[in-house]
Amino acid sequence: MNHWIIAPIILPAMIAPIVAYVMRYDMLLSRVFSLSATVFLTAISFALVLLAADGTVHVYRLGDWPAPFGIVLVLDRLSAMMLLVTSVLALLTQMHAIATGWDARGWHFHALFQFQLMGINGAFLTGDAFNLFVFFEALLIASYGMMIHSGGKKRLQAGLQYVVMNLAGSTLFLFALGTLYAVTGTLNIADLAVKVQEIPPEDAGLIRVAAMLLMIVFAIKAALFPVQFWLPGTYANAPAPVAALFAIMTKVGAYSIIRIHTVVFGPDTPALDGLPGDWLFPAAVITTFIGAFGVLGAKRLMQLISFSVLGSMGTLMLAISAFTPEAGLAALYYLLHSTFAAAALFLLADLVITHRNSGDLLKAAPPTVQNGLFAALFFAAAIGMAGMPPLSGFLGKLLVLDALATHPHMVWAWVAVLGGSLLTIVGFARAGSLLFWKSTAAEVKPAEAHDALPADITPSGPAALFPTFAALGLLAALTIFAGPVSRYLEATVDELHDPTPYIEQVLVNQGETKDLSDHDEDAGYDAEADTEADTAEGESH
Amino acid sequence: MEILVASAVGVLTAAGVYLILRLRAFPVILGISFLSYAVNVFLFSTGRIAVNMPPVLQPYGDASYTDPLPQALVLTAIVISFGMTAVLVMVALGAFLESADDKIDMTDDHDTTTQPAEQSE
Repeated sequence: MNHWIIAPIILPAMIAPIVAYVMRYDMLLSRVFSLSATVFLTAISFALVLLAADGTVHVYRLGDWPAPFGIVLVLDRLSAMMLLVTSVLALLTQMHAIATGWDARGWHFHALFQFQLMGINGAFLTGDAFNLFVFFEALLIASYGMMIHSGGKKRLQAGLQYVVMNLAGSTLFLFALGTLYAVTGTLNIADLAVKVQEIPPEDAGLIRVAAMLLMIVFAIKAALFPVQFWLPGTYANAPAPVAALFAIMTKVGAYSIIRIHTVVFGPDTPALDGLPGDWLFPAAVITTFIGAFGVLGAKRLMQLISFSVLGSMGTLMLAISAFTPEAGLAALYYLLHSTFAAAALFLLADLVITHRNSGDLLKAAPPTVQNGLFAALFFAAAIGMAGMPPLSGFLGKLLVLDALATHPHMVWAWVAVLGGSLLTIVGFARAGSLLFWKSTAAEVKPAEAHDALPADITPSGPAALFPTFAALGLLAALTIFAGPVSRYLEATVDELHDPTPYIEQVLVNQGETKDLSDHDEDAGYDAEADTEADTAEGESH
Repeated sequence: MEILVASAVGVLTAAGVYLILRLRAFPVILGISFLSYAVNVFLFSTGRIAVNMPPVLQPYGDASYTDPLPQALVLTAIVISFGMTAVLVMVALGAFLESADDKIDMTDDHDTTTQPAEQSE
């Protein structure tokens, strides 16, 4: 067992309390400590990607218990890639937060940040459905704190909505897991994959309920219609660096759908008969349009970007809903792209907002310092988000369109992606020209933005600009290295659609684990039958 | 027994959903609590209902037992929902103190342009 696999969870979990309790009054120390932890985390994630790149599935058995009983962490290509994306994104947003002083506007930014990373990394690594729930809660409880960081009326109200929405979602998650356990008698993902395939179509009622409940839960996280309402309010009112980090949170939902609904409830599952894809597809089409119209109608910059994130989730889900290897490749590529595109936009928006007197309202205002630079950056980021060449959004959308060309409802998919892109371009063009071109010297209203503006506006230094440039640079790199990236993703998708090595590594190859046979040969292996017998006996009481 | 457990889950869920839909901070907190009680009872019953049985695997003899795993799951769920409720109360309190309003719904479509209208509310 390679112990580095658990490091992405342990490291932030150790750093967070130290930052919270030991360094709470020393901002400089907590910045240095937390940032170096994130740099270290990025290095670990990179090493894990190299480790997973050869296609072996690495299993980490906590406490060395054999698989269906103990909790396992599984490192395969997909989870390694998601870890790397998370840590790179975290590094950029944290650098931005430090450079712009966001982390000093409230308590415990760095501690919450590290806890959030722990939850996200855990969700990507775990191979157990209930453990996935626990890590969801860990990342959510940190995100509640991050969301209301530095306070303010709007932010607290939006934060309350966000908390309530996610608590209701968590309850639904538990209902889904309960149903799943009642039917299959296991919660280990590899074990579930085996057991669900064995369920004959005529007994499929409960398992279909469980699969769809789980999909609703993940759809809440991924902000899919009809449970997308929380996203614009939350992202638009969150502190900008936090919103940039939240770009990965919607992807946690998308990742869970990819993982659970491909490995466990795969497209060929007899009990399900393609049910998840049938429901995901129309929801994704509607989400794409909601996002596009939201971009067109937004009155504030943060709101506009939030809706563009919503639209990109729609496109991503469109690709996922096909559940084919080609569409899976497109989905993963677009996932990488949209994460960094959203982050670049949010980070840039923060710079723009703090340099304008009218905050993030989309209306003409006197030109501010570095107007040209911000305009150019906004242009580049908007191109990336809307999916125009030369940045990776274009390639991503092209892959999605290509993969959906043989889809039975191909027309709807193409109309959604192309129409959505067009509306998004128009929306961004409108916002950009209002913000940067229609500069007027007249009508200077006092600042109404909820974050206190600096008294005198100073140009951003290279430290504040670097994360935005880096995020855009990543989009460019994603375009230039599209070949190697898509080869890696292709292998990832093949792994997902043929989960045999995954299942074998988790369930079969476990020679060195603790020996349970001393106690009882068949305890639990036959949990279903045993409990059935118990029920009969229980009833006789 | 089954009827009792099933209707308990149903009633608690119904009450929870109704209270959440009230969209005021206090009823929503109660509603979330009801929902988490409902899900705890539900999780308990997913291991099949076996009354008066020990939750341990009996290696000797054919003495029967109740499935221990759902009990462990419920324990985790209780701890998490307890913590979450505490966070929810604090956030709701913060939002109430800031805005002097316990509505969950942001009626003014979170738009700072409507600041004057919102103050007159």
